[in-house]
Amino acid sequence: MQYSIEAEGLEKTFTGKHTVRALDGVSFKVEEGTVFGLLGPNGSGKTTAVRILTTILKPDAGHARVLGHDVEKKAGLVRSLIGLAGQYAAVDENLTGRENLRMVGNLNHLDRSFIDGRAKDLLEQFDLADAGDRPLKTYSGGMRRRLDLAAALVAHPTVLFLDEPTTGLDPQSRNDLWEVIESLVGGGTTVLLTTQYLEEADRLASTLAVLDHGHVIAGGTPAELKADLGATVLEVGLATMEDAARTAPLLDTLGDHATSLNGTVVEVTVDDGPRAAMAGLRALDQQGIVPLSFTLREPSLDDVFLALTGRRAEDENEETGDPDQVRRRRARRRAATEAMPIATGELS
Amino acid sequence: MTTAVVDPSTSRAPHSDSLASRIRWAVSDTLTLAKRNLLAVTRIPEALFFSTVQPIMFVLLFRYVFGDAITTPGTDYVNYLMPGIFVQTVAFGAVSTSIGLAEDLQKGLIERFRALPMARSAVLTGRTTADLVRNVFVVIIITAVGFAVGFRPTTGVLPYVAGILLILLFAYALSWGFAVIGLSASNSETAQVMSFPLLFPLTFISSAFVPVASMPSWLRGFATYQPVSVTVTACRALMLGGPTASWVIQTLAWTIGFLIVLVPLASWRYRTRT
Repeated sequence: MQYSIEAEGLEKTFTGKHTVRALDGVSFKVEEGTVFGLLGPNGSGKTTAVRILTTILKPDAGHARVLGHDVEKKAGLVRSLIGLAGQYAAVDENLTGRENLRMVGNLNHLDRSFIDGRAKDLLEQFDLADAGDRPLKTYSGGMRRRLDLAAALVAHPTVLFLDEPTTGLDPQSRNDLWEVIESLVGGGTTVLLTTQYLEEADRLASTLAVLDHGHVIAGGTPAELKADLGATVLEVGLATMEDAARTAPLLDTLGDHATSLNGTVVEVTVDDGPRAAMAGLRALDQQGIVPLSFTLREPSLDDVFLALTGRRAEDENEETGDPDQVRRRRARRRAATEAMPIATGELS
Repeated sequence: MTTAVVDPSTSRAPHSDSLASRIRWAVSDTLTLAKRNLLAVTRIPEALFFSTVQPIMFVLLFRYVFGDAITTPGTDYVNYLMPGIFVQTVAFGAVSTSIGLAEDLQKGLIERFRALPMARSAVLTGRTTADLVRNVFVVIIITAVGFAVGFRPTTGVLPYVAGILLILLFAYALSWGFAVIGLSASNSETAQVMSFPLLFPLTFISSAFVPVASMPSWLRGFATYQPVSVTVTACRALMLGGPTASWVIQTLAWTIGFLIVLVPLASWRYRTRT
């Protein structure tokens, strides 16, 4: 089997005001021509892994190879084979789209004549032909991300790293970008994608690794991960904690998966959403419980974490966040912890 | 959708670690980034303002508002003033290096550069080269404005050009110092705040605008021999006459000393900044 990316026991600790163990022995392999998804919340180590694989950062321990070349010993060669786009690889605000692409082409040491044609092609491919000669200041968020991705592709990289390519985009722009990434993979490029969205990983990646506090806590195909998890989440909101406590055991009978009680909200992952919904409503009706809300939804990263670790995805950056948000997150986590005794049965 | 494009292996210069190839690409990458930084100057209104309007305002302010209150020995104030304005303007301009680098770090551009097969040194040499080119443009503007308000150098064209070259060289060394500041700041605002406490004493506790003799005696030593004053004095001597060699040598000593310390320091900050 040919692997385009290999990470072996990567470790990285950032020392400073707060010492952070960003990677604590991360290993994975990515087959040639596939899309690999690195799934995890903020602070789980996704970006650190990408920075090491793209030669920006040296690991404290472990090795990484891209197309068989060690990223530390052959950094120059690796850089000529990869492309990087995403939340941390930016484009220049003061230049036009075309100037940005030309600059990246020049810094890739490509032929001038090739660069001009390539810039034109990429602007067309990414639907930026009309905006190509306008400064980036005038671009929308979605246009910027598209140009960012185009810049990563100027030199025809064999391996492409996309660090949270759609974070912060509206649903329409996100969809557009997904289509572009899908067409790239069709062309044989190997892609490593980091994301916080299970939906995104599910749609784009053929293999996944779930990162938590610098550890890989699960891996496999999205189908395998979802099979462990259940296809749909049934979420019932109740008027009182008492009602919620009565509802949880009722919903527990709907499938193989454990129910979680989160304040006055009861959640359960089920395989067959509509059938479980009907059974659930009947059970509530029999007990005379009237729910405030009753929702079927796709599982989120939070649900994956709950299933894998028994707790919700933690945001390492929370201390620096908006105080209201931090308080809400803490409350939510506390509620999730308190709900633990009620959760029957433990998922492997 | 894209059409088929030529194999990238045919369009990319072959990867080579030979010294000649490394130097060639370091120069090419420096020029690419210098061009990028210069384009930015023309597109950021503040940057354009600091490079053009501000020096003109300083000339007019000191020439017509403060000038008559300052007595200078042996020459008109406008002649005394202009070498000072040159040095003060290029020194202020060097702040843009610290702000620009801090901004590139903050916005993630340097992250992208680090993942490209370019010369690592080019981020700093590109920035300082752009500064040098901008300063050439700035000294031409100030020369024109100076002549318009009555500046009359007395030594001829060659010494005048030599004075200008000395200023450009000194400014180039300063750029590396402000690069160190930019690479040490957490964002562009901090870079600016860190730059000015350094810049104000250097440009104003100096012989740039007023004769040192008018200052309290405890300030005079610093005000005479600090690098900005030395450069201004050397420049004044070149443009207006007087003992020249010793001041020019002192200026070159400061400049070369700065470069010897600051170039490795900035490169080290760039390499270790994560």
